[in-house]
Amino acid sequence: MKMENRQPIIRVRNLVKKFGDFVANDNLSFDVQRGEIFGFLGANGAGKTTAIRILCGLSKPTSGEISVAGFDVYHQTDSIKRNIGYMSQKFSLYEDLTVYENIRFYGGIYGMTFREIKTRAVALIEKLGLTRYRDTLIGSLPLGWKQKLAFSVAIFHQPKIVFLDEPTSGVDPVTRRQFWGLIYEAAHNGITVFVTTHYMDEAEYCDRVSIMVDGRIAALDTPAQLIRTYGTANINDVFIKLARNPGLIPAEVQI
Amino acid sequence: MNRFLGFVRKEFFHIFRDKQTLLILFGMPIAQMLIFGFVISNEIRNVGIAILDQSHDVVTQKITDKILSSGYFLLEYKLSSPDEIEQVFRGGKVKEVVVFEPQFERKLARTGKANVQIIADASDANLANLISTYTTGIIQDYVNRSNAVNPVPMRIVPEVRMVYNEQLRGAFLFVPGIMALILVLISALMTSISITREKEMGTMEILLVSPLKPIQIIIGKVVPYTALAFINAVTILLLGNFVFGVPIQGSVILLLLECMLYILLALSLGILISSVTDNQMVAMMLSAFALMLPVILLSGFIFPIENMPLILQWICQLMPPKWFIIIIKSIMLKGAGIGYIWKETLILMGMTVLFLTISLKKFKIRLE
Repeated sequence: MKMENRQPIIRVRNLVKKFGDFVANDNLSFDVQRGEIFGFLGANGAGKTTAIRILCGLSKPTSGEISVAGFDVYHQTDSIKRNIGYMSQKFSLYEDLTVYENIRFYGGIYGMTFREIKTRAVALIEKLGLTRYRDTLIGSLPLGWKQKLAFSVAIFHQPKIVFLDEPTSGVDPVTRRQFWGLIYEAAHNGITVFVTTHYMDEAEYCDRVSIMVDGRIAALDTPAQLIRTYGTANINDVFIKLARNPGLIPAEVQI
Repeated sequence: MNRFLGFVRKEFFHIFRDKQTLLILFGMPIAQMLIFGFVISNEIRNVGIAILDQSHDVVTQKITDKILSSGYFLLEYKLSSPDEIEQVFRGGKVKEVVVFEPQFERKLARTGKANVQIIADASDANLANLISTYTTGIIQDYVNRSNAVNPVPMRIVPEVRMVYNEQLRGAFLFVPGIMALILVLISALMTSISITREKEMGTMEILLVSPLKPIQIIIGKVVPYTALAFINAVTILLLGNFVFGVPIQGSVILLLLECMLYILLALSLGILISSVTDNQMVAMMLSAFALMLPVILLSGFIFPIENMPLILQWICQLMPPKWFIIIIKSIMLKGAGIGYIWKETLILMGMTVLFLTISLKKFKIRLE
């Protein structure tokens, strides 16, 4: 194995983000390894979104040392943006554009050449079984298809990391399973997946999960190890236990 | 550059796929022009009047004929007593009553003085003013002509000439006004809505995470609407010229450049609006109310700024359309070159730079 492969793809040390007196991220430290599926859990308002925005280069941290895909979040946000993909819970495709036009548009803003877009789009549409719907407006597709397409579009430019912000909210269980199939495939192809979710059963699909409580990382480990450590039946119970008993949260989480 | 072109193409897709908006976009200027052109008119024609002639002589008959043959008035009633005046006004058809005193001709011949009373229905004050002025003018003209036969030693006759709009045509006023209104509406409304829609849909987030720079996003939004607004400007000018006969005395190129400047100003206003709200409805309300009313009321389009209270006059100075209307009128009606309107042009440029700077700053702050 080459040396660079052992470098974490996301490296966060002592990340602090304050809005006035409010501390949204209180001294976060963690690493994400290349090709890993990293789950980022936490209640609403725990500081997940703030952290994701910083990692995506949309917001500057108050202090801390953070690098994403090898680039510094203070000065190299342009390079970061070229190397990541992003999908939000709104699926964020243009309803009044067709399947192909959406793919072409997102490929275009990531600077892909026309020829590249064309070949890869054909392959992608075929893979998703959407060949018949290539020129159908997105607005008339079912939700599950939109969601799968949105994910495929987010990794269309082959980023090193893809950030998924609650990608499965409002989708039925069958589609969610299929969606996780796509995530595994992406991870298998070497794309690091950084995913936030509300569904605790999904957390168990991740390689490692971190649980945020009140702006701090309360726990970080593989799902199996977390369940063992806290002596619960599943991740959901770990989450509830941590949220109810702040005393259980260690001062320093081992990375 | 490729990124940017892809973005602009996407914007055009949005516009052309939304047939309703498209219809409003291109139908509105034409509808507005026709409404203002044919419905709202300051010119009077065939206004109903009544005449109470208590003298019935040659002179009153001549004056009556002159009034009725002017084309402005239509005789509804011939009255026989002053008591009927009130009655015909209440009937509503009659807007003015002309009363000749008894023994009109004899008094005129003997003393050189006779009275004619003009009573106008001032429940419509503007019209009353207008028709009484017209009537006075006609009678004055009669007096002047008959005096020419046996001149009075000393006489001063003011000769009025309405330059730049000899026939006082309403179109000369409303074409520049409509242009100021439509361009601001289309540009500001459409840009602010299209930006806030991306925010509502969540696509703005994706754009911000992408390598596109904020300035590219903003310019990408502006380019299509600049083109559309420009087409509208040309449509209005063509309609004004060919249908309503408004001349373009000055340089067409200068005129179009000034339109372009004004469009940019309106677009930057739209961006500013979208930077203060994330909601399409709010953006629409802001554009419609915050822009439309001032444009109509405080730009000098319909109500003369000179007649307003001092404070309102000051507020008017802040209204971009006020300056644009001055520029457009100067070029179209007076044939003025840039030498005469550089001050107004500079003011518009200053406002554009100001709005753009503020909205770019706000856009960047939002990223934090």
